[in-house]
Amino acid sequence: MPDTSAPIAVEMRGITKRFPGVLANHKVDFAVRVGEIHALLGENGAGKSTLMSVLCGLYQQDEGKILLAQKRELSPVQIHSPSDAFDLGIGMIHQHFKLIPTQTVAENMILGLKDTPFNLQMTAIENRIRDLADRYRLEVDPRAYIWQLSVGERQRVEILKVLYRGANILILDEPTAVLTPQEADELGAVMRNMASEGKALIFISHKLDEIMAFADRVTVLRSGENVATVEVSNSSKTELAQLMVGRPVLFTIEKPPSQLGDVVVAMEKVSALNDKGLPALDNVSLEIRSGEIVGIAGVAGNGQRELAEVVTGLRPTTTGRITIRNRDMTHQPPYQFIQQGVAHVPGDRLGMGLAGNLPVSDNMIMKSYNREPISSGIFLRNQMIRTFAQNLVKAFQVLTPNLETPARNLSGGNQQKAILAREITAGKNLTKGDEPPFLVTVYPTRGLDVGAIETVRRELLEQRAQGVAILLISEQLDELLALSDRIAVLHGGEIMGIVDAAEADIEHLGLMMAGELHI
Amino acid sequence: MIHLKFEKRLEQSRYSFVGVLVLSIVLALLFGALLLAYAGANPFVAYAEMAKSAFYSDWKETLVKATPLIFTGLSVTVAFRMRFWNIGAEGQLVVGGLAAAGAALFLPEIVTLPESPWVWIPIMMTASILAGALWALIPALLKAFLGVNEIITTLMFNYIAIFYYQFLYTDAWKDPAGRGFPGSARIPSFTKLPRFTGRVHLGIVIAVIAAILIWVIMSKTRQGYEFRLIGENPTAARYAGVNLFRNIILVMILSGGMAGLAGFSEISGVSFKLQQGLAVGYGFTGIIVAWLARLNPFGVILVALLLAGLLVGGDELQMSMQLPAAVGEVLQGMILLFVLGADIFTRYRLRVVQPPVALTSGD
Repeated sequence: MPDTSAPIAVEMRGITKRFPGVLANHKVDFAVRVGEIHALLGENGAGKSTLMSVLCGLYQQDEGKILLAQKRELSPVQIHSPSDAFDLGIGMIHQHFKLIPTQTVAENMILGLKDTPFNLQMTAIENRIRDLADRYRLEVDPRAYIWQLSVGERQRVEILKVLYRGANILILDEPTAVLTPQEADELGAVMRNMASEGKALIFISHKLDEIMAFADRVTVLRSGENVATVEVSNSSKTELAQLMVGRPVLFTIEKPPSQLGDVVVAMEKVSALNDKGLPALDNVSLEIRSGEIVGIAGVAGNGQRELAEVVTGLRPTTTGRITIRNRDMTHQPPYQFIQQGVAHVPGDRLGMGLAGNLPVSDNMIMKSYNREPISSGIFLRNQMIRTFAQNLVKAFQVLTPNLETPARNLSGGNQQKAILAREITAGKNLTKGDEPPFLVTVYPTRGLDVGAIETVRRELLEQRAQGVAILLISEQLDELLALSDRIAVLHGGEIMGIVDAAEADIEHLGLMMAGELHI
Repeated sequence: MIHLKFEKRLEQSRYSFVGVLVLSIVLALLFGALLLAYAGANPFVAYAEMAKSAFYSDWKETLVKATPLIFTGLSVTVAFRMRFWNIGAEGQLVVGGLAAAGAALFLPEIVTLPESPWVWIPIMMTASILAGALWALIPALLKAFLGVNEIITTLMFNYIAIFYYQFLYTDAWKDPAGRGFPGSARIPSFTKLPRFTGRVHLGIVIAVIAAILIWVIMSKTRQGYEFRLIGENPTAARYAGVNLFRNIILVMILSGGMAGLAGFSEISGVSFKLQQGLAVGYGFTGIIVAWLARLNPFGVILVALLLAGLLVGGDELQMSMQLPAAVGEVLQGMILLFVLGADIFTRYRLRVVQPPVALTSGD
């Protein structure tokens, strides 16, 4: 158990940070004790990243001060830059690793250090890494090249890097996002270890289960303010969710029994290459029926993106056959897939799903601009575009100042609702009454807050009830289990097995995701 | 200590660009004044002379010079809207001029058509559009099918066009009756654009119509929507089912065609023959025009008039004050530099950051 009387390691008092037109943090008080895992919980835009960016020196606060334990006393400090933070022993482990793949663990460790001697004593450095690794049980070979390591191991290197630099306060930014369930559990143990060695850990997350499992205390931010700091042992998931959203949240989602129809999409032994020209999909066979949600589980980067692009015509196949309602679609261009009622909610919203600088209205017509009534002949009909976009915005409750607002200015949740609105409508409009559309959704709730997640999940189930065939690619097992009828696990571009969601076992899925089980 | 920090603007003001443009012009004039003073001239007198010449006494000449700049500005605008970096407007202008001159000089001998501008002007326009488009099409095809960088190819194609045109007017198409002067024979009178006043010819009207046409295509048609979508996010465009190959080729035909028309209007409206002076940089200045106009077709007209005024004003300085005519071009270049440099202010705001409290130790 953490020591509730342990000294404060770092304290932020009355932190206010304004951006033009936005109050990102408002008088936030936040303190972390030595030896504690302190979770920072909040919806997107609640101000978690801003607060941590202030602590790391990326931003300067407009008001308030930061106090740091120095020589057993709390004293105010000025953190003007990340290197100031680093000198004060504050280290951040970013969600996206900052490692050089072609260098070894040890070489990455000393990269950018100011006091590295001209004549490198690699053995000494390696020994120091081994000492640290032993102490915190972060097993990794200092001589291994980064490219040889798994995602979990790379994360350990990132943590080691911060420890190597002598950090006493570690900030972990959504560290489990890229891990399998087993790796996430290991990370939990490592964090506990570091805490017991006297480090103070700040753990940014919006996954309530993890917070309940790993953290000692949790601070909940909402609209830039600290709404509560509570002991995890005295709280519950429901209470935390309510604190975070400001209203009660239902965790269980009603899933009616499936009404399966005909096969809509069939992939037969499909293989494809990734952007680097390396095999990304290996003999994938999958069928999705009308009224069915097929979930794809897997650690990011195991062929999910390529799978979504192949079934929407965006990526060429090397072998195999794709049919949609028994029509051979292999080697057809994306346009033909769209005409067949294939809708696609891509994983990268601003990278693929939207043209961020174009207004909301232009983004809403992306799949229907070349059809009546949006256009007539070669001309666009502006009045129709406005009505069409207005209807979608209303029907899907997309919050936007107006239709001329650039899409990138919408919040993540509203961007996602806009894409969903467009895709669902396009799928319907392009198929005849008895032809079910096909909807591909990739990480549909990634980065969304609890409220928006609920909306998106409900909408997917609603589409399922209307007979749409849905491919759901997700990195969250609870989401896959809640929504899918069947779950296929991808590992190294290969389907490791397809299981009935009702009978799926998390341990088994985890082993398949790690490539250790093939059924 | 006071810190200066750039902070991203959430909303870009529609008018901030106009402010930046005006500020850039003022700064360019200030720096230009230093250069003029160094050259021994009174900057105020010089600027007054330039302005008087460009927009009062020689306003006709300003319109003449603005005409090709509108065409090349539109050419660059169309391509840049799709983020296709066509910097080959100069070459496309030249081949457009060659085609217009060739059609006017040699076609009447081959085909018998009524000798009327109503017949021949459209023929020459079509020829120059086709030639400009074809010249642009080759880099477009290379880009669409082989992914060859269009900046390099369009740039290099300029030189091919320019040197071939030099060969034509100094050799193959040289007028035998020209007493040794380099240049082709004059084109027949029925192939000339009618003039209004001074050297101002019908080309300026055609240029304005072209600007309206480009505006309609860009903002009112499906095709324009596809161009915009590709320009903003090619991945999203592909995802929306847009055929990228088709669009690259279409946009280059349109862009090349516009530059080709610039060549036509110079031959048919100004020089009446192929001679030195067709490739004087209107294609390259078109890039400045398009950029300063923020790729807005109507903005292109205004900026073309402004830059044409600088050229005319520069010539005036040479004549009346014995200063280099290049002053006009120096000012052009500086305006662009300042606009590019100041662009950061439309996207970011500069904030003065003062540390909230002084450092004290202990608690």
